Amino acid sequence: MAARVGVVLFPGSNCEHDVVEAVEALGAEADIVWHAKSALPDVDAVVLPGGFAHGDYLRPGAVARFSPVMSAVGDFVADGGPVVGICNGFQVLTEAGLLPGALQKNSGLKFLCTMVSVRVETANSVLTSAAETGQVLRIPINHFEGNYTCPAETLAELRDQDRVVLRYVDNPNGSTDSIAGVCNEGRNVVGLMPHPERASDPLLGSEDGRVLLRSLLAHVPALR
Amino acid sequence: MTTFDVLVEVRLRPGIADPEGATVERALPALGFGGVRGVRMGKAIRFEVEAASAEEARRTAEELCRRLLTNPVIEDAVIEVSPPVRQAT
Repeated sequence: MAARVGVVLFPGSNCEHDVVEAVEALGAEADIVWHAKSALPDVDAVVLPGGFAHGDYLRPGAVARFSPVMSAVGDFVADGGPVVGICNGFQVLTEAGLLPGALQKNSGLKFLCTMVSVRVETANSVLTSAAETGQVLRIPINHFEGNYTCPAETLAELRDQDRVVLRYVDNPNGSTDSIAGVCNEGRNVVGLMPHPERASDPLLGSEDGRVLLRSLLAHVPALR
Repeated sequence: MTTFDVLVEVRLRPGIADPEGATVERALPALGFGGVRGVRMGKAIRFEVEAASAEEARRTAEELCRRLLTNPVIEDAVIEVSPPVRQAT
């Protein structure tokens, strides 16, 4: 049976169809889940896609965290379900307190839309289990608020617990410790600024994102 | 109950990148404002609170800041509660 992925659609999300396309290409089924739903359909994994949920008003993710679907996502996380937040989805997860830290404005003055190299720092997460530690992936970024920051004690905890999932090879946005992605203590919630769904086909200039999405899908049967 | 006007200034914490403030600051010398430093952009949020006292209005505003208006990892807030200008009858 194919894995079912729930892709949450907030007003202002704009990468949901890219995620659906990318996971379907890997043999999964995908459901787009409207943010106002208070329950998730029967899914094996959840993706919070990129975009500008609720217009990014106030702060990216600040209003989205109060969307009804987010309580269901919180319950899904508590049950060990795999959840990945990409770009704006990462911002939503930090605002919701499901991941530590925050994404501040890029340290340069620019919105960044470019291909970057990121290194897989641990294969022990729902997004990297099929990848190898040390593997370098070419995946695009597309953000203005992607500069990861957290208190020093949080950073120490992330390092000690091997929870930095991805690091930029060449830090593009000033992120603390070059962090591009982190996971929670349970390792079933991952947030990352790069867009693996946009690196899922040779036509897009890279298919390095597939190993990450494959990890997410491969994780599913283990849960059943 | 009384209506209090509240002004919240949301500020980036020291050390948090402020490219908008830096851009504004960089434009100033061209206008002859060579001596202006430390430009920081923030947000001003105004609202009204129905409360029994100014202290209660402030507590409501503090709670609102904590739960929604600021992200304490990167921001803090200065809250100003104005004396009431009108009484509910």
